[in-house]
Amino acid sequence: MKYDVQLCEIVRRAEIADDTYDFTVQAPAFAAVAKPGQFAHIYVPGRTLRRPISICDIDRENGTLRFVFQIRGAGTADLANFEVGDTLDILAPLGRGFTVDPEKKALFVGGGIGVPPLLGAAKYYGQNATVAIGFRDKNHVILAEDFKAAGCDVRVATDDGSFGHHGLVVDLIRDVRPDILCACGPMVMLRAVAAFAKENNIRCEISLEERMACGIGACLGCAVELYDENGEIYMGHVCKDGPVFAAERVVL
Amino acid sequence: MADLQVNVAGVSFHNPLIAASGTFGFGREYAEFYPLSTLGGISSKGITLKARPGNPAPRIAEAPGGMLNAVGLQNPGVDHFIEQDLPWLREQGTRIIANIAGNTPEDYCAMAEKLNDTDVDMIELNISCPNVKQGGVQFGTTCAGVSGITKAVRAHCKKPLMVKLSPNVTDISEMALAAESEGADAISMINTLTGMRIDIRTRRPIIHNNTGGFSGPALLPIAVRMVWQTYQKVKIPIVGLGGISTWQDAVEMLLAGATALQIGTVLFTDPYAPVKILEGLTKFMDENGIRSLSELTGAVQAW
Repeated sequence: MKYDVQLCEIVRRAEIADDTYDFTVQAPAFAAVAKPGQFAHIYVPGRTLRRPISICDIDRENGTLRFVFQIRGAGTADLANFEVGDTLDILAPLGRGFTVDPEKKALFVGGGIGVPPLLGAAKYYGQNATVAIGFRDKNHVILAEDFKAAGCDVRVATDDGSFGHHGLVVDLIRDVRPDILCACGPMVMLRAVAAFAKENNIRCEISLEERMACGIGACLGCAVELYDENGEIYMGHVCKDGPVFAAERVVL
Repeated sequence: MADLQVNVAGVSFHNPLIAASGTFGFGREYAEFYPLSTLGGISSKGITLKARPGNPAPRIAEAPGGMLNAVGLQNPGVDHFIEQDLPWLREQGTRIIANIAGNTPEDYCAMAEKLNDTDVDMIELNISCPNVKQGGVQFGTTCAGVSGITKAVRAHCKKPLMVKLSPNVTDISEMALAAESEGADAISMINTLTGMRIDIRTRRPIIHNNTGGFSGPALLPIAVRMVWQTYQKVKIPIVGLGGISTWQDAVEMLLAGATALQIGTVLFTDPYAPVKILEGLTKFMDENGIRSLSELTGAVQAW
């Protein structure tokens, strides 16, 4: 059987920025098979729909998964109230993650809460990775130290200039010519990043999000417009066909 | 050990739990959790004569006690279903119900004809999809509409025919009577209630279709009431659905008048819900000396 639901104990919990939480859960079976860029579907007691949360990091040795998520609504607010020692009901790992080829040079571009799904993949590349991440302001900067600890060249931008470069994250990548570019963040950022990759003939993968129900491709809720091999548009699904897509396949 | 087997319109199901249309695709995804023979049957994703792309995103919104969806009948078309999905489904050891939706009576009849020559066990006439302008709901909200489409399809359909009713009507039992009088073999009820949610910051409906079908636990009392009212009027069996999430909900629905059950939205909350519901049902039957589920059907003692 490919899918499973398990009760996973929270072993570490921190609020790492305004309304942004960092959970590590004990989940050896999931950690053994999870790939960077995949996601988990987490049950929130009393609510009908699970919350899709990207896997931020995978620790095979300790059998843990790390999730960094932001409070977006009532469900994620409930989730943030869980404490160390509590268990989360998790369906994972789901979807397709990033291509990882650590012999190559990679560029990771993230915006806001789109940054966490990049960490796991960036760690594989270490010094072969440049990481450009953008946030609203200095109170929302997350994971910069984690990317640095992995050996990546880290560049940070904030909208208001209160930390790092004052401006857009795409301003920070003009000089980089990687073999592969991985991005996650707001749609405007993804469009700019995909255009940059196309101009420079760089392979580009983007991670998307959409409102989701089943998380496994059965209900067809999380629709996304994709191009097929003949350039015709069809409806794919973020949970099963993604969340990571080759940028040129997505109707941006 | 209690016998969970039920019979709907001459088709025997080894247990009363049928995966509700639209929540289960064509079964392949949930087969990665447990053998599909865990379920008594599967009602397919709504199938149309030609493939449909479905609605733009967002298609999903949560709501208290449930959720809204407006997928818009995204499906690969009846021929693809027959060629690609049915042979695999047939091997899974569960009953297969083909849920069909259309724009015109001719669409429905053409699909019924195509399915006559296959080994699907039953046809479920979807005349209650609220999420597409012409997805059958125009047939499902008036007695004349229900009569007309049931009569037309009945003339072409050699399989047991179940009509799935919309709750978005003044008196659903009248719709059930209309279907019965034109030859339906069974009724499934209820489809989703049409609902709407609005993002107060953007002032946009959360769902791109503006409205969507509301499903989930909050539907249960409405569905139980409608099944109970309909059970008193029709002789054909009723497959009850709407918000069933626990074995207790399942017993309630049977007591109200259901012969078999469909479960849907609860799968999103807990993919293993069918396993838990069946365990609970079995235990309940054993503890109460109930040998057959048919003893429960309609056994509510109303005040």
